[in-house]
Amino acid sequence: MKVVIIKYNAGNICSLQFALQRLGITTTVTDDPCEIVSADKIIFPGVGEAGTAMKYLKTKRLNYIIRSLTQPVLGICLGMQLLCNSSEEGNTRCLGVIPQGVKKFRGTLKVPQVGWNSICGLKSTLFQGIREEEYMYFVHSYYVEPGENTTAMTEYGISFSAALQKDNFYATQFHPEKSGEKGQLILQNFLNLT
Amino acid sequence: MLTKRIIPCLDIMSGRTVKGVNFIDVKDAGNPVDLAIQYVDQGADELVFLDITATLDKHVLLTGLIKQVARHLTIPFTVGGGINSVQDVSGLLNAGADKVSVNTSAVNDPSLIENLAGHFGNQCIVLAMDVKLEKDEWYVYTCGGRKKTRRRAIDWAREAVERGAGEILLTSMNHDGTKNGFAIEITRQISELVNVPVIASGGAGSMEHFAEVFTDGKADAALAASVFHYREIRIPSLKKYLKDNFINVRL
Repeated sequence: MKVVIIKYNAGNICSLQFALQRLGITTTVTDDPCEIVSADKIIFPGVGEAGTAMKYLKTKRLNYIIRSLTQPVLGICLGMQLLCNSSEEGNTRCLGVIPQGVKKFRGTLKVPQVGWNSICGLKSTLFQGIREEEYMYFVHSYYVEPGENTTAMTEYGISFSAALQKDNFYATQFHPEKSGEKGQLILQNFLNLT
Repeated sequence: MLTKRIIPCLDIMSGRTVKGVNFIDVKDAGNPVDLAIQYVDQGADELVFLDITATLDKHVLLTGLIKQVARHLTIPFTVGGGINSVQDVSGLLNAGADKVSVNTSAVNDPSLIENLAGHFGNQCIVLAMDVKLEKDEWYVYTCGGRKKTRRRAIDWAREAVERGAGEILLTSMNHDGTKNGFAIEITRQISELVNVPVIASGGAGSMEHFAEVFTDGKADAALAASVFHYREIRIPSLKKYLKDNFINVRL
């Protein structure tokens, strides 16, 4: 199985590679459209700033490539947010795969939300073997409101989408690669998709 | 609901885990890779790895060891000690760290925080500050607690967050290694002052101390070393105790 991680200068992907190695998968990190299109599974990671990330994707014309993918894609954290329509972070127009907007946490909450929070309302094959209220590791300042594509929810002052799914696009706001054994199981479930 | 985090800290010197009292008199506390794996199994929420020799004798961080640890870690991993530049951080992230902590170098050149946050995002940059109470005022110390600065702790915390620090790791030198409890008052002050998570460190000796720093100290996370290394407190029992005391933790 060929698994690629999309490279777009968005933070650290080393721990993601280690996590997949633990599952026996060697990954290719690339921004080459041919490599991406020919992969069996694609991971769209991301830690960083939405505007800068979209700019990079556009210079490599990856915005068109990602939208047209038909194999399973997993967006993580910023990767998930970039799959949405737009983000309040730098008023950025995103990829528009999932018809949702990305908003900034407001009020007296500490931002970023950092740490382990529970997910519930699990509705995706990604969560096979994961119990309701399982804890996952989050680090983020922006969120997606619950909507028809929401497959898991979390509470931080308000309820937001911990995971989204549309067709072959799967996405998590939390970091499965940093969420212990249960996070590993979610990655395994993604790799098992056909 | 977001849980309070329990974070074991490995102070590393020449490839071994060490522990000192009040920052001096270090002694050996075991193999870092073995300890790291044990902590993941016990339910630690994160791991911090501080190369305490780095700032003093300027030796290069042990990236090989970091790699070895990171391969096994399914939880977030913060690395600190002697970080001076974007290149230093890139090297650590490429070895498998998720976040880095900066201390002395940020005090000497506060624009380093902006620079690193700009490159890697705020969430990647933990400001570590060693503070000491002197005549009713908390001051910031650098160089592993050996050098006093004129900065007041609350001023530095506020400035660092404005510059882009995503978390604060606050260590009280008065409390570190004593096992008499965390510095509750300054932890609460800083946690209420800044809008980013505060990790309390220094002084953990009993499970009650952890409960106290989460409730009265308003800490978002608590870090400890020797009580975990020497198995005086087991993480599963600690988390059960906290849960029984209505503190939300990941079990």
